[in-house]
This record gives sequence, structure tokens and C-alpha cells, in this order.
Amino acid sequence: MAHPVITAVLLIGAVGLTACTNPDRFGSGSDSYGAGGAGAGAGITPGSASDPSSPAYFQAAVGDRILFPVDQSSLTPEARSTLDGQANWLSTNTAYNATIEGHADEQGTREYNLALGARRANAVQEYLMSRGVAGTRLKTVSYGKERPIEICSEEACYAQNRRAVTVLQAGLGS
Amino acid sequence: MPRLAVPETRPRRPGHRSLVAKVPAFQPRQKGFQPMFLRSIAFVLALLSAGGLPATPVTAQSGPLRIEITEGVIEPLPFALPAFVAETPAATQLAADISNLIAADLEGTGLFRRIPAEAHISRVTSFDAPVAYADWKAINAQALITGAVSADANGSVSVKFRLYDVFSGGELGEGLRLGGSATSWRRLAHKVADQVYSRITGEGGYFDSRVVFVSESGPKDNREKRLAVMDYDGANVQYLTDSSSIVLAPRFSPTGDRVLYTSYATGQPEIYLMQVGDVRQQALNTGQGAMTFAPRFGPDGQTVVYSRSVGGNTDIFATRIGGQPVQLTNTPAIETAPSFSPDGSQIVFESDRSGTQQLYIMPASGGEPRRISFGQGRYGTPVWSPRGDLIAFTKQNQGRFHIGVMRTDGSEERLLTGAFLDEGPTWAPNGRVIMFTRESAGAGGQPSLWSVDISGRNLKRVPTPGAASDPAWSPLLP
Repeated sequence: MAHPVITAVLLIGAVGLTACTNPDRFGSGSDSYGAGGAGAGAGITPGSASDPSSPAYFQAAVGDRILFPVDQSSLTPEARSTLDGQANWLSTNTAYNATIEGHADEQGTREYNLALGARRANAVQEYLMSRGVAGTRLKTVSYGKERPIEICSEEACYAQNRRAVTVLQAGLGS
Repeated sequence: MPRLAVPETRPRRPGHRSLVAKVPAFQPRQKGFQPMFLRSIAFVLALLSAGGLPATPVTAQSGPLRIEITEGVIEPLPFALPAFVAETPAATQLAADISNLIAADLEGTGLFRRIPAEAHISRVTSFDAPVAYADWKAINAQALITGAVSADANGSVSVKFRLYDVFSGGELGEGLRLGGSATSWRRLAHKVADQVYSRITGEGGYFDSRVVFVSESGPKDNREKRLAVMDYDGANVQYLTDSSSIVLAPRFSPTGDRVLYTSYATGQPEIYLMQVGDVRQQALNTGQGAMTFAPRFGPDGQTVVYSRSVGGNTDIFATRIGGQPVQLTNTPAIETAPSFSPDGSQIVFESDRSGTQQLYIMPASGGEPRRISFGQGRYGTPVWSPRGDLIAFTKQNQGRFHIGVMRTDGSEERLLTGAFLDEGPTWAPNGRVIMFTRESAGAGGQPSLWSVDISGRNLKRVPTPGAASDPAWSPLLP
């Protein structure tokens, strides 16, 4: 009889690494927007937050994120107001597409929070579409509780983590 | 002057009380318990019949050595495990290591207590020497485990052991010899410990098993996650992926050779299947543009049940690997965390269709589910016990998280833990122990792996090299 243990140990012992080239982005930075077709007006620095057609402006002035009450995916009046601004911006700056990232706070089980994040991202997508943004320009993804931006275990942090972030990507210049 | 009243020596086992573990009241005894060696026959090279002991092993005893695993506090059963005899010079260290690991397995259950060698009266210098029962009775060793280890120049190791019921003065079960390579010595020790545990408790063992989990590093707002696998006791950690993508919730196949998990490799969560042996991965293509997660094998090892989110709505689907998905739920609620019954006929899952997360059971082909959780709070991540009798779950109530178990009809709910954040139970192969994730609070919060008996006893941390989450227990290894 052979030694089954040997086989098992050798098989399990083979360690390999996956090769992934797709770094995750979590909508908390202002990097990696690529070369957008953003126009620059006179007297403002193209691409800076003072350039209304820049992603930096979208983040800072329009507001790239909205927050949700506990375990909710419905949009507050404040959230709708922010999303109205996002819809206007996207309607003007058609060179950009967007991925809407849904997030949850840590007070929930992992699977449920993934599903809850999907609900939140979808709520934003539907609202933006209702305001005239083409659905083909919008994607959604949920990170559940995997990517908090605030790390304390108190409501002040949880409130910031229950969010949907609209992350711009330079589109095909359409 | 009256003599000091010396109480009569109490019978060591009142009423010939057996020492076998009795299951908690809500857990029916397994009928037709099969000794584990029948299942691991490939590993067992020989029953021992040679030597100075009778060729016919003592098997039928009127009062076998048993532990009754009751709900109350139990006194751990004292056992003696003299260092196994090294029968070849090269085996000296191995013999010591194997002896200590067997003892660690047994003590780790909380059901056994090793009597230190310094207290021993007898010395065991030969595996076949007659047992001096009186010497072991004198130190109140209820069980005696003797053994011997030999190693040859080719790296082959042989371990023999015998288990004695000291107070009935006979062997419990037959002596066994196990063979393997020197590098597999931990498995040999775990197999011996499984035998001992099994014979004394009447339950299946769980020491010769592995755990796949997510190894975590980095700050809370930028965690790096890698799949890893290790022995049940934290030894032999091996990494299965790098940390370039978020990976979540790996689950073993019923044969332990494959793992389902969720990865963000493409940018959104999708289900992958990995061969543990060569870490080959394939996408299951369950998403078709939508995110899929929470996969689990059916008992056939070919069916996968999982969640898919479309338009923000999450439902449960099933597919044969490589086959066409079938939708099993269809409501606007979140339906996720599906888990098959061991016979494959039913699926337990969580849904918030009532307004909050609750547990439901439906036929494996879909259809009307019945709700089984009715207590206060929310219930999620149900997992069906491998014995079929219980469902483990995560419960959230009043700001705390609990791991609990209930019967499959929802009755006799029992919370086993309570903490800031406990979640994601997984069953030991024998259905008696649960491992789960416990995350500490605050900016420096870290997840770690813990285990607890279904009685609620023996809560303890499982050692891992760093932060760890999402454990899934393998079946007993072949």
C-alpha cells in the first residue's frame, strides 16, 4: 500500500500565487482618473478642483458620496440633492462614466452587508438614471463592510461608512 | 476517643458509570456509530495482534470507558499518556512529539486531562509489556494510552498505540498501527487522537482535519486578504492566494480537495473554484455581469448554491459546476448565505423578507420556505450541521453578536458566545465543535478565529499567524 499521507501532504503543500492586475479602488482618493477630455477654462488650472469639468471638482464641489441610515438603502433628501448635482455634472461631462460603489458599516454579517451595499449602489444608479444619465454609463459594485473609510467602532464612523460613492472613469470620449 | 471518621473510599466509577461523552439533551445520540478506523482504513496498515498481549483484542466490555458529554460542567477525564516508546534510534524526537500532540488534541477538547509524567508510578519501556493496572489506578488514570514509534532511513514512520480502560482492566478497542512519512507525523498523531476520542466519547473525531480561512493584514481601512489553509490546530499554514484582490468566505468541498470562494479579481465579487492541491483556480461564471457571492457546495460536491445580485436585489441560485444556473428564490428581499442539509434535500438561508434578517428552510429545488427563527434580533449565516440535527447561525441583538445553534425546526435555540462581533460559524466534521470569526472593536480592531463546543464550553482562540477571518472546516481527511 502506498502512503496516502505523502500524497496528500505534497498536494496541499504546493503553494501558488494568483496573479491579478486589477487593483481595487475604493473611491476615497483622487488618483488614477486617466486622461479625461476635461476642458479647461481661462484662469483655472485644468484638472484642479477649480476646474468645474474635473473629477476633483466632482469630488469636492458636487460631492461624490451620499450616506445612508442604518440598514437602509432609501435616499434621504440630502442624498437626492447631492445626486441631482452628480446627474447634472455627468450630463455635462459626457466623457466620463461612473462606477457606484455601495458600502456598509461593520455592524452586520459579511454576506448581508454585501447585499446591502448592492442595494445602496443600485438606489444611486436608478436615481441618476431617473435624472437623465444613461444607464450604459453607470456600473455598480458592492464592497459590503470590506472597505470602511472611518475605522472607529462608533456611530460617528459607521455613519460615514454607510455610503455610496460615485467613482468616475474616463470613458471613450463619447 | 472516637476515631476520625474516614469516609469510605468512593467507588471510582459510581454505579459503573461509564466515561463516555453524553451529548447535550437536545442532541440525539448518533445511531450505529461507526468506529473511525473503518473510514480511514487506507491509513491503517495493521491491527496489532502480535506481541505479548492476547491476539484477540478486548472489545466487548460491560462497562466501557466512556465520557458523558453532558450540558453540565464536566470533570475532564484524567488519562495517562507515557511518552511513546521509540523503537528505533531515529524515532526518539518523533515519539516525544507525537505523544505530546496526541495529548494536546485530547486536552484541547476540554474533556480530557493529562496526568503529568512525574506522577506516574509505572514506566512504559516496551510497547508489549503487560500493563500494571494497579499503578495507573493509584494515580486515578481512567484511560491509559501507550504507543511506540519507529522510523526508517527512508523517512517512513510507523506509530502503534493501545488504549486501556484502567478501571475495568482491559483494552478499549484494538491496538492499531498507522504508517506515513516523517513529514506527516502531525497527521499520524491526530489520527491516533481521533481514535482515542472516538472510542471514549462514541462520537466521530475531528483532529485530522484542516481549516481554510482568510488571512488578513494591514489597517482596517485597507485590509489585505489572502486565502490560507492550515491544520485544525493552526499548524502547517499555507497561503493559497496573494493579496492583490479581496477574497472572502472560502468553503471546502465535501471531499476537502476543492474550495469555493469569492474574489474581487475582476473588480466585482465573483465565485471561484480552487483545487487545493495545485491552487488551480477557475471562475464559475455564475455572474454573467452581476455580482455573485456566498457560495457553498452541495453534498454531492458538484452542486453549488450561492447568491447573485441583479439590480440591487439578491436572490439564491444553484448550479452544477459548468452547468446552467437555476434561480431558487425570487423576492425583492435579500436572500443569501445558503447552506445545504447533509442529505442535499433542503437549503437553509437568510432573508430579510420579514423586515429583518431571519432564517428559512426551503426544498433544494426551491419553493415555499418556512421561517425557523423567531427570537429577538436578527439571524444570519445559517450553516447546517454535518450530523443534520442542528443549524448554527450568527445572531445580532441589542448591539451584540452571538454564535448560536438551534434545531432545524427552530426550537431549542441556544447562544454559545456573545461579543462585539462574532460571525460566520463553521462545523467540525463531527458536528460537536464550531469555529467562527471574532472581531475586536475600534480603530485597531482585528479579526481572529475562535472555537467553542456546541454545549457552549471550551471557548478558545485558534492560533493563526496574524489576523484571520471566515474559517471553514474540512471534513475528516482521508
